[in-house]
Amino acid sequence: MRLLDLLRFSLLALRRQRFRSLMLLTAVGLGVGAVVVLTALGEGARGYVLGEFAYLGKDTVVMIPGRKETTGGMPPMTGIAAHDITLEEMEVLQRSVPGVTDLAPMILGNGPVSFKSRARDSVVIGTTAAFFPIRKLEIAQGSALPDLALGEGKQVAVIGQKLKQALFDSDNAIGQWIRLRDYRFRVIGVLAGSGDSFGMDLSEAVFIPVASAQAVFNVHGMFRVSLKVKENYEVEAVKSAIVKQMQALHNGELDVTVVSPDAMLSTFDSILRVMTLGVAGIGAISLVVSGILVMNVTLMSVKQRTAEIGLLKAIGAPSSQVRTLFLTEAALIAAAGALVGILVGHLVVFIGTQIYPDVPFATPGWALWASLGLAIGTALLFAWLPAQQAADMEPVDALGKK
Amino acid sequence: MIDISGVNKTFILGDSTVHALNNINLRIEQGEYLSVMGPSGSGKSTLLNMLGLLDRPDNGRYLLNGVDTQSLDENERARLRREQIGFVFQSYHLIARLTARENVEMPLMLAGVPANTRHEMVQGILEKLGIARRASHLPNQLSGGERQRVAIGRSIVMKPAILLADEPTGNLDSRSGAEVTEILETLNREGITLMVVTHDSNMGERARRRIRMVDGAVATDQRDEQAA
Repeated sequence: MRLLDLLRFSLLALRRQRFRSLMLLTAVGLGVGAVVVLTALGEGARGYVLGEFAYLGKDTVVMIPGRKETTGGMPPMTGIAAHDITLEEMEVLQRSVPGVTDLAPMILGNGPVSFKSRARDSVVIGTTAAFFPIRKLEIAQGSALPDLALGEGKQVAVIGQKLKQALFDSDNAIGQWIRLRDYRFRVIGVLAGSGDSFGMDLSEAVFIPVASAQAVFNVHGMFRVSLKVKENYEVEAVKSAIVKQMQALHNGELDVTVVSPDAMLSTFDSILRVMTLGVAGIGAISLVVSGILVMNVTLMSVKQRTAEIGLLKAIGAPSSQVRTLFLTEAALIAAAGALVGILVGHLVVFIGTQIYPDVPFATPGWALWASLGLAIGTALLFAWLPAQQAADMEPVDALGKK
Repeated sequence: MIDISGVNKTFILGDSTVHALNNINLRIEQGEYLSVMGPSGSGKSTLLNMLGLLDRPDNGRYLLNGVDTQSLDENERARLRREQIGFVFQSYHLIARLTARENVEMPLMLAGVPANTRHEMVQGILEKLGIARRASHLPNQLSGGERQRVAIGRSIVMKPAILLADEPTGNLDSRSGAEVTEILETLNREGITLMVVTHDSNMGERARRRIRMVDGAVATDQRDEQAA
């Protein structure tokens, strides 16, 4: 039988059982649509997180107090170590490690920030002027933190866009004094944009000089230090030079972790990849379930068309041809369902990107092919048994049935 | 062309054994016109199904054009059915979703004949059977006589050597029945071997060779060279 004839014959048969075909198409479409949408979510999450890392740039490493003993995996986030990373050590690093251009220490705190009667609980970041270019943060109004010596405090603050709105509405914030715990800071700058960085919403943060933050929160050690590697310097080499220098400063104890964005990136990347695979698997389950429906529908079709099967055999169709006819019907409906699922899935993904423009939802190519293949494969697999039943019928028995 | 000897077929019906074919010996030559008559359950249809390779005998020998059909597998039997045997059934067995033309085309389609070749072959047959005007109608838009003519068209489209008709006029009024009989006899005159299983003695008597079956055995086998 020619392929074109085979397809036409199958299409006619499917049209004849419109409701059943539609039901099957919906089931397969849902399964494929689920794979399309779920993998798009997974990829969106991955892209979002990776995008956050991209803010740092490849030439920036981050030093964290504490040491993870085992190799690989996530670096310690809490930063509990025997030795603090102090500002004096920062100065040593800047002076003695070749390849380090800028460094931005960071102390993280939390406190009520108030202006007149308005107050807001905010993240407070003690840092230096270098922080802004390293994190690629832009200033909308006023200026960034002044370029002070590391140990020098000053009662000035840069605030995020949302915090500015919360405290000042649309009034001018520059030059106003805000209160943070028992200290007062003069607002000298307002951040531009939404300022999402590393899952922290910096638009609600307050930035003050690192020495001031030490005083406000009564802490000594740094929470993080971002260090920018000079052009033409090997990131890995600078990284180990930093670690070696810190070890020397800490009496030979190795208690800091320096990570490059590449390392973090690949860790997150592999975690999120597994997540995408996981959700794709959930979608795939629904596809397999639809396979059972394929089996049922094909079984019904075979029972109903027994006389036709007898006739086909009488006019010379060998068993294999009868089987092919039923398998083709199943494969066709699965393929049609898959196409519908891909279209609807993409529509949903498109709507998602319109609602959440920040998250790069996108169905990966492999998910499309895999779901299409799985849909047709499952249909063929589950239709095989009933199709074989049709093929095995004795022509005389089949013809006799009405 | 057909030579069967010592063929038996039994069915188990409940707790009794039915001897549908009881030691049948039969030779049929190319171009013969036979009728098979007999009461219900006498084994006429079983004989026809056996000859048409739709059914297998329990034992005995069946030579079709010198080929021992007992040793063939299902695929080879299907090929013989396709190339050598045409079937006409009482209930037409047309495929409801296909037009008259497509029903006639079906065996060619299964055989993989390309569409343009098919079209010419089918057109000639439709014209010959007087259903060319109805070619694009679905079976349920056709009269009984027209449906049976479509079925006959389908049975001869592969140019088989033998045409097996099981009660071909059983569902038709007398006028359509006569037309169908006329068509079958014309085909026989053109050389096809025709075997008709029928209850209708008028039809049965028209055949040049008349076989009467009783209880699965051939009771009488009359030849009449004069009947047309």
